[in-house]
Amino acid sequence: MQALGLDVLFKGSNLLRLLGGLWKALEISLIAVALSLILGVLFGILMTFRNPVIRALSRIYLEIVRIMPQMVLLFLVFFGTTRVFGWDLNAEAASVIVFAFWGTAEMGDLVRGAVISVPKHQYESAFALGMTKSQTYFTIIIPQAIRQLIPLSINLITRMIKTTSLVMMIGVVEVLKVSQQIIEANRMTSPNAAFGIYLTVFVLYFIACWPFSILAKHLERKWSN
Amino acid sequence: MKKSIFVKALAILTAAVLLIASFAGCAGNESSASDKSSSSAADKEESKSADVVYRTLDEIKSSGKIKIGVFSDKNPFGYVDENGEYQGYDVYFANRLVKDLGVDVEFVSTEAASRVEFLETGKVDIVLANFTVTDERAEKVDFALPYMNVALGVVSPDSRVIKSLDELKADDEVIVITGTTAETYLTEKYPNIKLQKYDTYANAKTALENGQAAAWANDNTEVIAYALQNKGYTVGIPELGSKDTIAPAVSKGNKTLLDWINSEIEALGKENFFHADYEATLTGTYGSDYEEKLVVEGGKVN
Repeated sequence: MQALGLDVLFKGSNLLRLLGGLWKALEISLIAVALSLILGVLFGILMTFRNPVIRALSRIYLEIVRIMPQMVLLFLVFFGTTRVFGWDLNAEAASVIVFAFWGTAEMGDLVRGAVISVPKHQYESAFALGMTKSQTYFTIIIPQAIRQLIPLSINLITRMIKTTSLVMMIGVVEVLKVSQQIIEANRMTSPNAAFGIYLTVFVLYFIACWPFSILAKHLERKWSN
Repeated sequence: MKKSIFVKALAILTAAVLLIASFAGCAGNESSASDKSSSSAADKEESKSADVVYRTLDEIKSSGKIKIGVFSDKNPFGYVDENGEYQGYDVYFANRLVKDLGVDVEFVSTEAASRVEFLETGKVDIVLANFTVTDERAEKVDFALPYMNVALGVVSPDSRVIKSLDELKADDEVIVITGTTAETYLTEKYPNIKLQKYDTYANAKTALENGQAAAWANDNTEVIAYALQNKGYTVGIPELGSKDTIAPAVSKGNKTLLDWINSEIEALGKENFFHADYEATLTGTYGSDYEEKLVVEGGKVN
């Protein structure tokens, strides 16, 4: 215990603080994930249209998200909106907006790929049965596309949870920041604490992300029948 | 035709959801947002300036709460103890300011890279995060009177303590960490000294301990703490180069708050407040030998 610096973990309310930090990270990422899933499906369908204006706009959006580091987006939304519009967004709200903005674009791209990969005869059969375009999308195409999406979107969700560590830059104290605080506060008394604390953080992230993998496996098995 | 209606509907829906989402984001901060707009409206009438980001002293007092940006992981200047309480030399001072102002405090955890930005957007009222006064920063924020000194220091092994840079022989090398003021200073002022550059603190430390160089130059607070924690090393040169100071900073133009902090620092000098602060927070790391070198009392640099 001593060698790993795990004793530091049980000093005062350190463990509770770490769990509180994990909750903060999950709160931000899960709200953002929920928004990204809904908006991403809509955005993904938009991207499959041939309208040149929509194509150009969604292309620009996707490229912005790909090119801009999330760090820059966080600074833009948190500090930029205050400079330009005078809004006083709190740091958590700014984080949710940035992560939803990012997630929607990536999710949309995944949905686009999945929708395109649904065979053409599915559309033709639906139209032949007299379904409207929206009926075709919402009852035939999207349900099939979503099955293909599961593994890819789980990857995105866990990536979003892990990337929340960036929000420390705008003053949100989440799990990784708490761990740095604990390590620094004890650097004289337990110089080895870093190893034990980071190990704990690893376990916490694992506990946070593992349920999504289980859920994905479950859904894949259920829908394959 | 059908398609274009569908497309429009989808586009409107997406836009609507995005709008709602962004409003939902704002709603969480409704109370402070409305505080802000009413207070900045008052400001605008007085100063006729459209972009006042800060809160004046009276506005802070009447809101009953002050936001102070501090470090949360820089022991012993600003850190969080095991009970989740902010502690350290900067925080000790912050707590005194808060007490004398008679308001509640919200500490905001800042990073070195975001300190200026927090003040420029008025997201905090004061930054007390070991903020070194530089000309470049002074263009963007207003610094109050200083409360601590920083300079460069040089640490070397006891077997051959370097007390002056002139003692270095032609083939002696000095360790620096890339991007620090020590690197810039030695490169400019002593171009003949051979430097060994490392990216991280840990690598520089290992190099010194392996005897790869004659000495290590860094911020004096860092080398002093190093020599105290590692037996067999002495800080031969505790002060080198331009002496810089650490001071509180407020948003550019926030004169009422700046004046109040300055008068507070002067008044605290009479009761030797910063010496008490040093003894409460820094003796554990630096011992009492460096008290006079590091502490600036009453805003007067010796």
